[in-house]
Amino acid sequence: MQLWLIPILPLAGFLINGLFGRRFSKGLINAVAIGSVVLSFAWVLKTIFGLGELSAPYTEHYFTWIQSGIVNIGCDFAVDRLTVVMLLVVTGIGSLIHIYSIGYMAHEGGYYRFFAFLNLFMFFMLVLVLAANYLVLFVGWEGVGLCSYLLIGFYFDKKFATDAGNKAFIVNRIGDFGFSLAIFYMVKNLGSLDFATVFQRAPGASEAVLTTIGLLLLLGACGKSAQLPLYVWLPDAMAGPTPVSALIHAATMVTAGVYMTARSWPIYTHAPAAMDTIAIVGIATAFFAATIGLAQNDIKKVFAYSTVSQLGYMFVGVGCGAFSAGIWHLVTHAFFKALLFLGSGSVIHALAGEQDLRHMGGLRKKTPWTFLTMMCAAVAIAGIPPFSGFYSKDAILLAAHQHAPWMYWLGVVTAGMTAFYVFRAMFLAFFGDYRGHEHAHESPPVMIAPLAILALLSLVGGFLFNVPHFLAALFPALAESEDVSLMAISVAAGLAGVALAWLMYVARPGMADSLAAGLRGLYTWVYNKYYVDELYDAAVVKPVVNGSRVVLWKGVDAGLIDGSVNGVGARARNLGSVLRLMQSGSIRSYATWVLFGSVVLIVAMVAVEISLVGGAR
Amino acid sequence: MTEVPISWFLTLSAVLFVLGVAGFLFRRNIITVFMSIELMLNAVNLTFITFSYQLKRVNGHLFAFFVMVVAAAEAAVGLAIILTIFKNRGTLNIDDVDSMKN
Amino acid sequence: MDVILFLVFAIIAVVCAINVVVQTHPISSAISLIGVMGSLAVLYLLLGAEFIAAAQVIVYAGAIMVLFVFVIMLLNAGAETRKGRSFMVQLLGVPLLIGLLGLLAYFVQRLYLPGVTVHFGGFRGGTPLDIGRALFTTYLLPFEVTSILILIAILGAIVLARKEMD
Repeated sequence: MQLWLIPILPLAGFLINGLFGRRFSKGLINAVAIGSVVLSFAWVLKTIFGLGELSAPYTEHYFTWIQSGIVNIGCDFAVDRLTVVMLLVVTGIGSLIHIYSIGYMAHEGGYYRFFAFLNLFMFFMLVLVLAANYLVLFVGWEGVGLCSYLLIGFYFDKKFATDAGNKAFIVNRIGDFGFSLAIFYMVKNLGSLDFATVFQRAPGASEAVLTTIGLLLLLGACGKSAQLPLYVWLPDAMAGPTPVSALIHAATMVTAGVYMTARSWPIYTHAPAAMDTIAIVGIATAFFAATIGLAQNDIKKVFAYSTVSQLGYMFVGVGCGAFSAGIWHLVTHAFFKALLFLGSGSVIHALAGEQDLRHMGGLRKKTPWTFLTMMCAAVAIAGIPPFSGFYSKDAILLAAHQHAPWMYWLGVVTAGMTAFYVFRAMFLAFFGDYRGHEHAHESPPVMIAPLAILALLSLVGGFLFNVPHFLAALFPALAESEDVSLMAISVAAGLAGVALAWLMYVARPGMADSLAAGLRGLYTWVYNKYYVDELYDAAVVKPVVNGSRVVLWKGVDAGLIDGSVNGVGARARNLGSVLRLMQSGSIRSYATWVLFGSVVLIVAMVAVEISLVGGAR
Repeated sequence: MTEVPISWFLTLSAVLFVLGVAGFLFRRNIITVFMSIELMLNAVNLTFITFSYQLKRVNGHLFAFFVMVVAAAEAAVGLAIILTIFKNRGTLNIDDVDSMKN
Repeated sequence: MDVILFLVFAIIAVVCAINVVVQTHPISSAISLIGVMGSLAVLYLLLGAEFIAAAQVIVYAGAIMVLFVFVIMLLNAGAETRKGRSFMVQLLGVPLLIGLLGLLAYFVQRLYLPGVTVHFGGFRGGTPLDIGRALFTTYLLPFEVTSILILIAILGAIVLARKEMD
C-alpha cells in the first residue's frame, strides 16, 4: 500500500520549497506546496479504497529503529478505522487551508517559507497519525510542536509573535515531559511501545501501573491539546497567521491529544481513575474557557478560547467512555472551527488587519459570502439540529449524563455559553453599523471556495458521516441512551444563548456595556483571563528564571565550575612559586640536594635488597 | 699478621670519599671545591683497584685508568672555566656565582 | 711488613685529605692533595697495580696537580674569607655526611670477606703488558673514545680561556 508516501509527499514539498523556494515564482511555490498535500490526500483515498473493510489494522514495517535489550522499536505505520478518520481530516482540511492560504498570504513576505513550514507540519502530523508505536507517535508529536513554534513566530520581527512561539513550545514541553515519563514507564512495565503489544498486555498489568501511565499520557495531552492547566499557550498562538490558527490550532495539532487518548483506550478502560480525571479535566476546561471567551474583544481570541472549550468537550467524551463520540466531535469541530477561523481571516483580510470586534460591524453587506459561510459554522457550533455540531455534542452530553449527571449539567451551561459568545462575535462583526475606518471588500474566490466547502461539511457532515457507526467496531461498546428530554434541554440551552446574544448585541446594543459596567469586578477578572498568565509568571516563570540566574549561573557555573577550573590553575601557579624557591642560585645548596638524593637512593636500594634477600649477608 | 685485610682498603676509600664530599659542601673557594672532587675520584680509584685485586682481574685497573683520563680532561676544562669566571666576576667565592637565582 | 706499610701510608693519606678540606689557603690544599695522591700510589703498589701507580704519580700528581697549582698561582687566590652562608648546607650538610659514612660502612661490613688479604705479589696481573693487552682488545672502543674526549677537552680549554679577539 506504500503508506510511507502519505507523509513523504508533504516532506518533499517542504524540502523543495524550503531549499529552493526563494528563487521560485509564486505559482511554482503554490504548485509544489498544494500539489504535495492534494496528492497526499489522493493517496489517502486510494489507500482507503484499497484496504476495504479494515476490521483489523493494516501495518507496514519499514526498518528497525532501536534494538536494545527488551526494547525493540521499529519504524512502523499502521492503518485502522480510527487512522482513516484522522487521515481524512488532516489531509482533507489541510488541502483546503493550503488553498485558502494562497489568497491570504498573497501580500505577505516570506511566502515560500510559510508554505514550506506548512508542508513540514503536514509531514509530522501524518507521521503522528500513522504511527504504530508510541515512539514514532512521539516523533510526530514533537515535530508538530516544532512546526507550531515556527509558524506562530512566523512574523519573527514582532516580539509578541516570537514570545508566543516560545510560550507555546515551552508549555508543550511540560506536557511532553509527562509523555516521555509515560513512555519510560510503559517500557519498564509493559516491555514494549508497539500499540498492538501494549494493548494486548494492558489488561494483564496492575491498575496502579495503568493509572500512572494514563495520567502521564493525560499530562502530555493537556500540553498539546491545551487543557487545564497547560492551555495558556493557545490564545497567545493567535499571533501567527490565521491559516495557521485554523489548521494547527483548531483542526489538527491540538486534536493530537484527543487522538492519542482515544488510541490508548485499552489502557484507560482498565484504569478508571485516569478516565475520570480526563473527564473532570475536560469539563472543567470547557466551562472555564467558555467563561473567558464571553468577554474577549479580539475575534481570533474568542475562537481560540472556543477551541480550548471544545477540546474540553472531546476529552469529556473520551473520559466518559464514549470514544467514538469524542472522535466525532473532533471531526465536526475541525469543520466548523476551521471555517470560523478562515472566515475571521477573511474578515481581517477585508479590513486590512483589523481584529477588534469593537471596530467591526455591518459587514453583512460588504462581505456576503464570508457572512453566509460563517453563519453555517456558527449554527453548527451552537448545537442546533440538524447541523453537524448537534450530533457530536449531543452524543458526548448523553455519555456524560450516564457517567456523572453533574457533568451533563455543566456541559449544558457551557453549550449555552458557547452559542452566546459565537453569536456575539457574529452579531458584533456582521450586524449593526460599521464602526471602523477601513474600506471593506470581499475576499478573492481562492479564499471563498474553501470556506464554501467547509460550510457545506459543517451543515451536512453530521448525518452524512456517521463516524460512531464507522468506529463502533474499534472501541468498546457503550450502552447508549436515547433520552430525548436530555437532547431537548441541550438544544434549548443553545437556542437560549443565541437569543440572549441577539438581545444584547442587535436588539439593544447598549445593554452589553451597561451590564459590564454593573458587574465591574467580575467583568475585569474574566476579561483579564482570570489573571492566570500573571499567576504562572509569578509562581513559575520568575522563580525559575531567578533561580537559574542566581543559583545556577552565578553560583554553580561561575562560582563552582569556573572557580574549580581556575582554582586548579591558581594552585598550580602557587605550587610553582613555592618550588621556585629551590632555585637559590647557590651551587652549594644544589650540591647538598644531590647528596641528599643519592643517600636516599642508596638507602632505597639497600632496603629493596634486604627485603628481597631476607637480610642475610 | 703480615697481610692486610681487604676491608681496610675499602674503609680507607670510604673515609677519603666522605672527606671529599665534606670539602665539596663546606668550602667556599672554587678551586678547593675542585680539588675535593679530585679527592673523591681518587677514593673511587682505590676502590676499583681493590676489587680488581680481590677478583684477580685486570679490569679494575682499566677502569681506574679511564677515570684518570677523564679526571684530567675535566680538570683542564674546569680550570679554564674557573679562569673565565675569575676574569668576568673577579671573585673565586662559590656563593657569588648565583646569577641563576630565581 | 705489609701491614705497617699500609698503616703508615693510609694515615698519611687521611691526614693529608683532612688537610685538603680544612686549610684556608688553596695552595696548602693543593700540596696536601699531592700528598694524598702519593700515598695512594704506594697503596696501589701494595695492591699489585704497578702501571696504575706509575700513572698516578706521573699523570695525576705530576700533571693535573701541577695544573692546579699553576692556576692558583695565576689567579693569585688568597686565603678564603668567611663570607656567605648557604642555608641548605648548614641544615643538611653534617647529617648527610654522617649518613653517607654510615651507609658506606654498612656496605663494607656486608662485603667483609675474611679470607681475602692483601700482600705484595698477591696479584700479578697489573703489569703494563696486561694493561696494554686489555686496553687494545677488550677496551678498544673506550680507548678511542677517550682520545676524542681529550681532544674535546683541549679545544674547550683553549676556547674558554683565550682572550677576546678585538
